[in-house]
Parts: sequence; C-alpha cells; structure tokens
Amino acid sequence: MRRRSNNLLTKISWSTIMIWLLLMIIGLVCVYASGFNEEHPRFFDARNHSRLQTIWVGMACIIAVFVVVIESRFYHLFAGFLYFLALLLIVATLIFGHEINGSKSWLSFGFMSLQPVEFMKVATALMLAKVAGAHSFRMQSARSAIPAFAVILLPFALTLLQHDTGSALVFTSFIIVLYRAGLKARFVVSCLFLVFLFILSLLVEPATVTIFIGLLCCCLFMISSRRYKACFTAIGIIAAITLTLHFGLRPLDADLPLFESLIVAHAVMLPVIVIYAWRRKLRYVAAFVVPLFVVSVGINYSVDYVFDNVLKEHQRRRINDLLGIESDLKGWGYNVHQSKVAIGSGGILGKGFLEGTQTKGNFVPEQTTDFIFCTVGEEWGFLGAVVVVGLYLILLIRIVNIAERQKSTFAKLYGYGVAAIFFFHIAVNIGMTIGIMPVVGIPLPFISYGGSSLWAFTILLFVLLKLDVGKYE
Amino acid sequence: MNEFANRKVYIIAFFVLAGVVILGRLFYIQVIDSYYKRMADQNVMRYEIQYPARGLIYDRNGKLLVGNQTVYDIVVIPRELAAFDTATLSQVLEISPEQIQATLYAIKSKAKKTAAYQPALFRRHVSTEAFALLQEKWFKFPGFYSQARSIRSYPRRVAGNLIGYIGEVDTTSIAADPFYTQGSYIGKIGVEYSYEKALRGKRGVSIYMRDVYNRVKNSYANGRLDTAALPGDNIVCTIDATLQEYGERLMQNKAGSIVAIEPATGEILTLVSTPNFDPELFIDVHRAAERNALSTDPMKPLFNRAVMAQYPPGSIFKCINALIGLQEGTVSEHTTYSCQGGYSVGRRYVGCHYHFSPTNLPQSLQVSCNTYYCHVFRGIIDKYNDPRKGLNIWRRHIESFGIGRKLNSDIPNELRGILPTTATYDRMHGENRWKSPTIISLAIGQGELGVTPLHMANIAATIANRGFYYTPHIVKSIRGERPDSSFLVPHATTVNSSHFEPVVQGMYLAVNGDFGGTARIARIQGVEVCGKTGTAQNPHGEHHSVFICFAPKDDPRIAVAVYVENGGAGAKWAAPTASLIVEKYLTKNISRTWLESYVMDANLMPHNHAQTKQ
Repeated sequence: MRRRSNNLLTKISWSTIMIWLLLMIIGLVCVYASGFNEEHPRFFDARNHSRLQTIWVGMACIIAVFVVVIESRFYHLFAGFLYFLALLLIVATLIFGHEINGSKSWLSFGFMSLQPVEFMKVATALMLAKVAGAHSFRMQSARSAIPAFAVILLPFALTLLQHDTGSALVFTSFIIVLYRAGLKARFVVSCLFLVFLFILSLLVEPATVTIFIGLLCCCLFMISSRRYKACFTAIGIIAAITLTLHFGLRPLDADLPLFESLIVAHAVMLPVIVIYAWRRKLRYVAAFVVPLFVVSVGINYSVDYVFDNVLKEHQRRRINDLLGIESDLKGWGYNVHQSKVAIGSGGILGKGFLEGTQTKGNFVPEQTTDFIFCTVGEEWGFLGAVVVVGLYLILLIRIVNIAERQKSTFAKLYGYGVAAIFFFHIAVNIGMTIGIMPVVGIPLPFISYGGSSLWAFTILLFVLLKLDVGKYE
Repeated sequence: MNEFANRKVYIIAFFVLAGVVILGRLFYIQVIDSYYKRMADQNVMRYEIQYPARGLIYDRNGKLLVGNQTVYDIVVIPRELAAFDTATLSQVLEISPEQIQATLYAIKSKAKKTAAYQPALFRRHVSTEAFALLQEKWFKFPGFYSQARSIRSYPRRVAGNLIGYIGEVDTTSIAADPFYTQGSYIGKIGVEYSYEKALRGKRGVSIYMRDVYNRVKNSYANGRLDTAALPGDNIVCTIDATLQEYGERLMQNKAGSIVAIEPATGEILTLVSTPNFDPELFIDVHRAAERNALSTDPMKPLFNRAVMAQYPPGSIFKCINALIGLQEGTVSEHTTYSCQGGYSVGRRYVGCHYHFSPTNLPQSLQVSCNTYYCHVFRGIIDKYNDPRKGLNIWRRHIESFGIGRKLNSDIPNELRGILPTTATYDRMHGENRWKSPTIISLAIGQGELGVTPLHMANIAATIANRGFYYTPHIVKSIRGERPDSSFLVPHATTVNSSHFEPVVQGMYLAVNGDFGGTARIARIQGVEVCGKTGTAQNPHGEHHSVFICFAPKDDPRIAVAVYVENGGAGAKWAAPTASLIVEKYLTKNISRTWLESYVMDANLMPHNHAQTKQ
C-alpha cells in the first residue's frame, strides 16, 4: 500500500496536473471577472458565481484524488457497467429531467443539479476504448466496426432526443479514436469532405457545386489512374452535352437550366465511365470515385431540403449567421456579434482585470458559461488568448503523448478519447465565440462556470493519468 | 493496432492546425480589425450632455431681471416601481390619485423589456419647495427618481417681450447649429434671442459607461475625457428696472409703448410694449393653456410694439420738418406765418386748431400750428422747383434721423418704418402728376409715414443731443465688456447743430410756455422738460395719442417717446405718461400723485377688436 501510493506520487504526470490547475485558476479569475458587480465585489460573496465555482473546483480536486486512488483495473472492468449506468441516467433525464434553455438535460437531486451527458462522455470514452481495444478488434471487419460505431451512436442519439445538439455533436469527435484504431483515412477524409460539401452547397449555386465535384472526381481519377487523355475526353463530352442542352434547345422554345443540363450530361456519361472503368479494370474508379460523385451530387441536391426541413429555425439561423448568408445583429445574431465585439475590443494586451466594458455591461449573454472566453479575450487581449489556447494545445499534445506511451490498447485508445473530447469542446467553444463555428452550447473545459462539466472533465483527465501510472504495474 | 502509430502525427497536426486557425482569427479580430473596438465603444459609452447654467440678466443698476432656478423632473423607472404612498404624492404634486395611476399606467404600457430600465418622465418642473417635501419621504416611493433642471426665474416679472423667453429649439435651428439637439432650449424673442450665443454658455459632456439595459455603471476613463459645462455670460441691460416697472404700471390697460433713451449714450432706459405678458408663463409647464392663448390674443401681447409697430408720427414730426427747413434755409427762427384755422392750397385743405397767430418758429411748435408747417414743408419741397428733387432731399434729411431704416439696435425684429419715395407718389398719382400740395400731409406727420416708438424716442434723443444720436441699445455689457463697438459711434444728422436751438426752444415752450403750449400737462416743477405732442389720425377709430420729450433742457438725461393707441390728443394720455416717466427717472419721486392715478386708472382697451396698426 505504501509502495503503491509512493509510486502514484512519483509516476503521475505532474506537468499535466499543473496545466489542469492553471486552467482552473484562470477559470476562477474569469468567472469572477465576468460576473463582477460593484455592489458586491467580494470574491466569495454569496451572490457571485466565483464563490460556487470555488466550491466546484475544491470538489473537483477531491474527485481527482478519488479517481487516482481507485485501482486502475476498475476502469477497464467496469467500463461496460459505467457506460450503461450513464445511458440509464440519460434515459432518466429524458423522463424526469427538467428543461433549461430548451434542452432537457438536467437531472435534479434536490440539493443540486447534474448534467448526465457530461459523465456520458467519460463512460463512452471508456467503453469505446474497451470495445476497440479488444485483441480481436479489426477496424476493417464489420463485426468489429459495427459495435464500435454503436457505442458512439447510442449516446449521440439519446442526447439528440434531449434537444442538446451541442453535446450530441461532441460524440462525433470519437471518430479520432476510431481513426487511431485503424479507420481508413479515406473514410475520415470523406466525412470531412461531406461537411465541407454541406457548407459549400449552402453558399454556392448547385450547378457550380456540381461542376466542382465533377472536376474533383476527374482529378482523383487522373491521379489514381494516370489516364489523362480519357479524363479530358470525359470532361469535354460532359461540357459539350451540357452546353448543347442549355443553349441548343433555345431555338426549339425548350429552355433547360444549366443545373438540369449538367445532371442530364452526367447521367448520360456516368454509365459510359463505369463501363470504361470496368473494362480497363480500374477498380478504384468504380469503387470510389463514381460512388463519391453520385453521393456528392445527391447531397448537393438535398442539402436545401435538409436545411429547410430537418434543421430547426434557430439552428438554420446559427448556420446562416456563421456563413454570413444573413444576420440580425439585434436579434438572433446578437450573441455572436456581442461576443466578437467583446473579444475584438480586447486588442493585444486586453483591457485588464475587471476592466472589460462589454462583459461588465452584460452585453454578452451566458458569459460565465458558454461565452467565458469573451472575458479572456476582452480583459487579457490577444496575449491572454494565446496563453489559454497555448495551454490547451500543450494539454492536448501531452494527452496524445501519454496515450501513445500506454502499453495496453485500452489505455491508449482511452487517451485518444480524452483528447478528442477536449479538442472538440475547445475548438467549437472558442470557435463560436469568434464566429468561426456555429453557436452550440458546450462549455470550455476547466474554465466555464459549472460543476457537472468541471467534474466530468476532471474525471476524464485523471482516469487517463491513473491508467498512465498503472502501466508500470 | 501499432501499425497505425504514425497517425499520432496527423492527429497532433490536426489539433495544431485548429489552434492556428483560432489564433489567426483572434489575431485578426483583436489586433487588425478595429471594427469591434468601435462597436464596443458604441455599446457602452453614453454621452451625457452637461447643460450650462444660462447667463443671468441684470438691469443697469445691478438688479436681477432674469435669474435661474432649480426645478425637479420626477421620473420613474418602471422596473423598480412598487406600491407607494399615492396620497402624499397626490397632495404634494397637486394631482389627483387617478391622474397618477393613469400616468403610471401609460408609462408602464409603453415600456417594453429593456425600456423598463430607462427613466420615464412622470412629472415635469416640480418646484424646489414641493420637491423638498417629497425628498423627506423619498424611501416611500420606490422606482421614483428626480432630475434637477435649471430654468429661468423672473424675480421682477417685468419687460416680458423685451427680455423675451426661452423655449424648446425647433428643427431648423437644430439643423443650422450643432450646438442644439432635440429638446434643448433657445432664446425665442427679445434679449434671450439676440444674445443667445453669450447667454447659452458652453455645454460640457460626461461620458458614462452603461450596461446592456442602458443603466449607467460609472464614468468612462475616470472622467478624463469629460468636459465641464461653462455657464453662460451674464448680461447687464441698459434698462432701469424701477422705471420699467413704473412704465408698465402706467401703461396698464392701454395698448401702446413707452421708450426712454439716455441721449448721451443711446442706452434704452425703458422699453414698454403693452399689452404685455408675464414671463413666468414660459417657465411654468403647467400654464400651457395661458401661454397658447397669448399667440391667439387679438391684442398681440407677444408683439413688441416698441420696435414692430409702425405708426403715423403725427405732429411730433413738425420738429423734424422745422429742422430741415432751417438747414435748407427755407425758413428761419424768425419767420412768421399767420394761421386762420387752416391751410388751403388747390383742392387740399389742412385744418388747424385755435391758437394765437401769427407765430414764429418756436411758437409754431409751442402751439403746434399746422398751417405753419404746411408753409415750411412746401418751402423745402419747392426749393428746387422740382418736387422730385425736393422730396429726395427732404427724404435724405429724414433718413439721417434714423427714420425709414432700421436703427440696428440689438432688439430683434426691429422694423424700418415707412418713408415715401418719389416712386411711392408716382405709383399713387402717376408719374410727375404730384407736387408739394399733393403730399402736404407729410408736413404734419400724416400720410405715407410710419415710425416705430423706438424711432420716435430716437428723434427726441437726437434733438436733445442737438444733432446726433447713438444707436439705441438694451445691452450695456456682457461679462463686463461692451457688446458692440458700433454703439459707441455717434451718428450725426444732416442738420447742423446750430439749427436745433430754436426747435428745442419751441419744445420747451410747448411744455413751459405761459399760454398756448400744447403740452403744459407735462410740466414738472423744477425740471426743464422739452416736449412735443402729436395726435395721429387713425382712420379706424379714435386718434392715437403721441408725445416725445427730453429733459433737462440743457443737460438732457432722458428722452422719452410715448404712444397710446386710441388715446386721442397727445396731451391727453401720452404727455402725462411721458412726464411721469421723466419725473420718476430724474427725481425718483412723484409729486403729482393725482396725475399718476389719472394715468394708471385709465382703461383704453377696445372691448371687441384690435385696432393696432402695424
């Protein structure tokens, strides 16, 4: 017993703990500053968020101790149990939870409220690591891949049911874990490409997007097959058919729009290309480029439908606002605009502690929780923002390094899960405050005000640190 | 799985790339783009204008004519309203509880989400006394606040349309001068108007920080960028408040004007225009009805008759015709004409009243002989055997007295008067179809003539000075300095000063002559008053009573013109009024109390319609 705790104290990654403490202190300072009121300036005044946040931080430290004291095998053994417990909590929340800001994600225990989804993230990271870390696990085989995806999709779907889109999207970040576990790069790139395509389709005319996709597919075809002549011939024929249809039919009083002409041209050429590729044994074209093209055009065509019918009004607006399609600085675009104003007015060195005019004037909504980064940007300026972003980057890199030095695949993949969750929170949260991400309500790890998220992030991190210590046993 | 170990690099690269994008964006909005800094200032800075106290206005002896007083606007912040003591509020503010409820209801229903934090006006201009009563119990009125406001006070309530008033600025003034914003005050008429720039002072600004609900948090940059308001300059008027007050009492229930000038300086001692108004009307927000009634009153109390009413001067004009005749050499001090009760030439006949005859020049003024001046006037016009040339020369002399043009005093809206030209008569009678007899009315100050009471007083002052005048003005100094150096320049008339003595003598005799003097009622024991009556014919009703005078004869200290509309003969009302003014000013004492009550008690106001000639 004595030997072990000695081992724990010497082997644990103190540098990571220092970053964790530093971020929490920054959090306390910013929570205090963003809720600062001259009428009750004391840090521990009962009316100030800083008082409660101090208690949350204290409890986080106690929780951290608990987490590292527990036997490290526990996390591997009980991953499944914890995962289902968390799922149960989410379901319970769906039934008994109360709604805050339109999403039903809070579970009240009388003396305090919890957000089970925060702990779901920890449980999912553990469960996914356990599933994908099994000896028999092969990413390429469906028998392995389907359970792994299911582990991610289950909490994702349940969280969506809570109308907590932001938290649900966090689970998509586990694709990083799967990537590390062997998911084909092509798949990841395709996913990123589809997101890119979605945004492009909202911004640009469908015909333009189709031409873009067509050209991209031809380039892929050219690069992979080196058949430049055939490729240019295909482009030429498609262009000729399109132009003939678009302009040639005009004398006959049959006006076909450019987009429809393109579709027809592609539809005509597609079987020709497939047959050509089949004959020449160009499997790559048949198996990847053509499906990619069909799916892309399909998405391109259906984006407007999805956008108008599947997404909710506020989500559409957030995306439109982000893409600069339309905005309303006084109405629904107000939050992001004020957030940008607060951060943008900070300048290089910031306005100084408690000197932020925008945050003091309550111009930024949710400024102690989701928009806490405004206080960093306004009062500490670009320099402060560099420090915070830098600390996060160091933390992420440290986590990845810790993950990589694990002997067990479970611990390794768990480490990537931690990195993925932190990365998603950091990138999306800071991104939304500076207007490069849509507004989704997720906290900034260790800095945002709130108990549930702080504890969940602490558990997430310290389980990894414990596993890191345990690897020597 | 270890075959994918190199993927760590891509993952870290992806993290770093995201970090770089975020930092790049931060660098752009925080360091490069200044848009957000401007927006931030726009968000939080509230510029609150500090209104300077308006300059005070004193009379020539340092008595306060216009001061400032503090009143309080009671405002409410709808969000903070709670149950309060309606009874006390109703009692102190003198409004019914129902009215209080109705006002609050209107404010509340108007205030939306954010406006609920903004103060809304509940009651304007609560007096300091009433406010003090409220302040003791302020805790009983949650959500009620006060805003101090400086408004005018009129300790003497005199010279309403001379001093003027201030009111909310109109849109044209806002457009013309950036000093004014919606709701700021500006001088509307009188001294308040002509000396607006001096009186208004310099505005200051306080920059406050506000929050999203527009609540003021604290001052910006610790007030380093704030500027203090500079109070307006104090003005000392040439008016003698006591004399002004006395003049207004003499003129009560009469329409007309008194203008008194100090001949040696051109300073206006008194300028009365009646009917007048109480300047308090313009500061008491609760007397809007009375204020509005002023502009529809047929007797036009807002109209400053002293400078804006152009009356026929009547017989006082004989003094000027006499002076021109002397200058032109067509008459001398000793020229005598006899009068058989009128003057007849061609088809025209100018009647005269009974008096001794023949008269020389001073005597003609003493008895105000019409016949004499028909001779004098024809002499001037016919001197060059060309009525056009004669009229032009006559006109040039008249103009040198300031008649027929603006005197350029500092009283706003001063009118130039009416002085006929050859063109006037060409239009009336046809070109060259008129001669001196045609325009003979001018001889006795009738016909195509219009002068303001200010012009008349200036004539009296010019005669008193024996040939020159200073531009009449009402402001003596601004912050201890003369407002306009042009007021120090004497304006000489075209008549040599040596010609004035016989006219002065005639005016002396009119008041002090043993018998036949038309203005004997103006005589003051121990003061050598020189005066001339006038009875201006009025086709619309009773004649206007006119009188000009100055005193003492050899060292004139005051020149007065009085015009009483529909007052009949000049000696009836105008002469006694002017005489009382002179006595009050020179002796500070009224010996003839019977005369004083005779004038004060008279009511000459028409009962049905206005008869003001403009």
